[in-house]
Amino acid sequence: MTDPFLQIEHVRKSFGPTTVVEDFNLDVGRGEFVSFLGPSGCGKTTVLRMVAGFEEPSSGRIVIGGKDVTHLKPNQRNIGMVFQAYALFPNLTVAQNVAFGLKVAGVPKPETERRVAEMLNLIKLPEFGGRYPYQLSGGQQQRVALARALAPKPKLLLLDEPLSALDAKVRVSLRDEIRSIQKELGITTIFVTHDQEEALSISDRIVVMYGGKAEQVGTPFEIYNRPATKFVANFVGTLNVLEGVVSDAASGKVRIDSQELSLKGKLNGSKAGDRLSLALRPETIALGPKPGHDASLQGQIADVHFLGSVIRVRVGLGGGVVSLDTFNNSSTPPPTVGERAEISFSSNDLLVLH
Amino acid sequence: MKRAIAWTAFLLGSLIFILPLVGMTEFSLSMRRGVYSFDAYASVLADPQFRETFTYSVVMALFTIVFGVLLVVPTAYWVRLKMPALRPVVEFITLMPLVIPAIVIVFGYIRLYNTSSWLPLTGTAMGTNVLLMFGYTALALPYMYRAVDTGLRAIDIATLTEAAQSLGAGWTTIFAKVILPNVFVAVLSGAFLTFAIVIGEFTLAALLNRPAFGPYLQLVGANKAYEPSALAVISFGITWLCMGLIQIVARLAPKPPAQSH
Repeated sequence: MTDPFLQIEHVRKSFGPTTVVEDFNLDVGRGEFVSFLGPSGCGKTTVLRMVAGFEEPSSGRIVIGGKDVTHLKPNQRNIGMVFQAYALFPNLTVAQNVAFGLKVAGVPKPETERRVAEMLNLIKLPEFGGRYPYQLSGGQQQRVALARALAPKPKLLLLDEPLSALDAKVRVSLRDEIRSIQKELGITTIFVTHDQEEALSISDRIVVMYGGKAEQVGTPFEIYNRPATKFVANFVGTLNVLEGVVSDAASGKVRIDSQELSLKGKLNGSKAGDRLSLALRPETIALGPKPGHDASLQGQIADVHFLGSVIRVRVGLGGGVVSLDTFNNSSTPPPTVGERAEISFSSNDLLVLH
Repeated sequence: MKRAIAWTAFLLGSLIFILPLVGMTEFSLSMRRGVYSFDAYASVLADPQFRETFTYSVVMALFTIVFGVLLVVPTAYWVRLKMPALRPVVEFITLMPLVIPAIVIVFGYIRLYNTSSWLPLTGTAMGTNVLLMFGYTALALPYMYRAVDTGLRAIDIATLTEAAQSLGAGWTTIFAKVILPNVFVAVLSGAFLTFAIVIGEFTLAALLNRPAFGPYLQLVGANKAYEPSALAVISFGITWLCMGLIQIVARLAPKPPAQSH
């Protein structure tokens, strides 16, 4: 990245003896949409709060637009923030909420009114200016919170799990709306979530966090298809993990229970007797042979779940079980439990986790 | 059967409470022999001392409310926001006036702030008024703190504060535009309770020798027959008016927004 807009450099945060963020580094480009993804307690919200100024880093620095803001107060950073709990001011109407930041900044009244109308149009609630927060649904409140955060034209937009409190349908529609508004305004955005689908669907890049560290930073495609660590592989998407032992490193032979797989070119640095974790996404596995699939394993159908358009099949392979999804075909009945089965896949889709 | 016992207990309790009030009100209307009249009330209202002491107490109550709000709201807010571990300590301190009698407080004041002390507040009328206001604030502290703390509990002050900060607001703006309006009803409840306490307070005002309504009530009670009852009814009326106003303003509170739909 040639011109990073937000730089988080060697940031560390401890609360007493507990370190919650360790040596966190990230460059975010202007107009980029970056998601922090991770389980509860991984430090993603703490990093966001340090960028917002609500927490001060124990060490390291944060630079926004070339200016070191590490020790700047939150109200001096010109950052817009949307909270999980909406945080609309209950005593103010929608229009007054949106105008709050503009009034604080001393923007003249006509300009404030024009900007409020513009923001309410942007979130498609132009008629709701006179209502109070309690008169709105959760989704509407969060859209107003977004408009309020964007009204003072912040340099950076921070979204702290803004969709978590909403029901599934609203969550998907608002997610798309947030992304489209972000693109329209070209505002640099950081989005915190523990929902992988959310992160994968709207981000330019994802930072997968675990134990206060960034496990992997990459595009959704890279994170999903080329996970760098076992944690990322397990956390993002569904994954089948097979435990194997290298039987011949030179020819790429790996033994899984009593069966052998040939994985030429994937065992760099391994030697005979090394234990490996081999991972496969369910959608890369087929039941029976398939053109392009150069590897196969024999097993027994352990479970069949009919889910309508998709049939989820679990195949037992000695000690392990592999899940795979096949599309429902009305002319082909699903396999039966106990039946012998062959699974096939492309060795290119196999992830070797160290 | 259980219902009948409950109703009997309720009616009995109500009678114990209401009968003395009815008796007192009836007596206050009996100044003129043989007929009910408002003569006692007219006599009280015509007394210039009544107007002076009542006005004095109302003014003192207003000052006490302003001082109490300025003291309690930022304290309760700050404790909830930044020092939640200190809440039990602050709660304990605010409860102290309930267990320490007013007479102890006033003797402490007189000892600390007499004319030969380093801060001789009792040396002037204004100084004594200020001292009396501090005393009233202490007496009203348990009620004011509890009212405000309950109001703060009803809103997510931490997130609202952070939301306001992210929009560029400083502490004064946050306090005046976000926190205070959202606990306004709680503050009003505390204010009405303070008003009711100050209007009838006797000990502090008497021992600090200030012309307040409480000592006047006592003075009239010692020297007249019907007027004290009329004054007691007026005092009750003021207290109940305050309670009614608390109920009315509680309905005007900003409603907390829905969390999810």
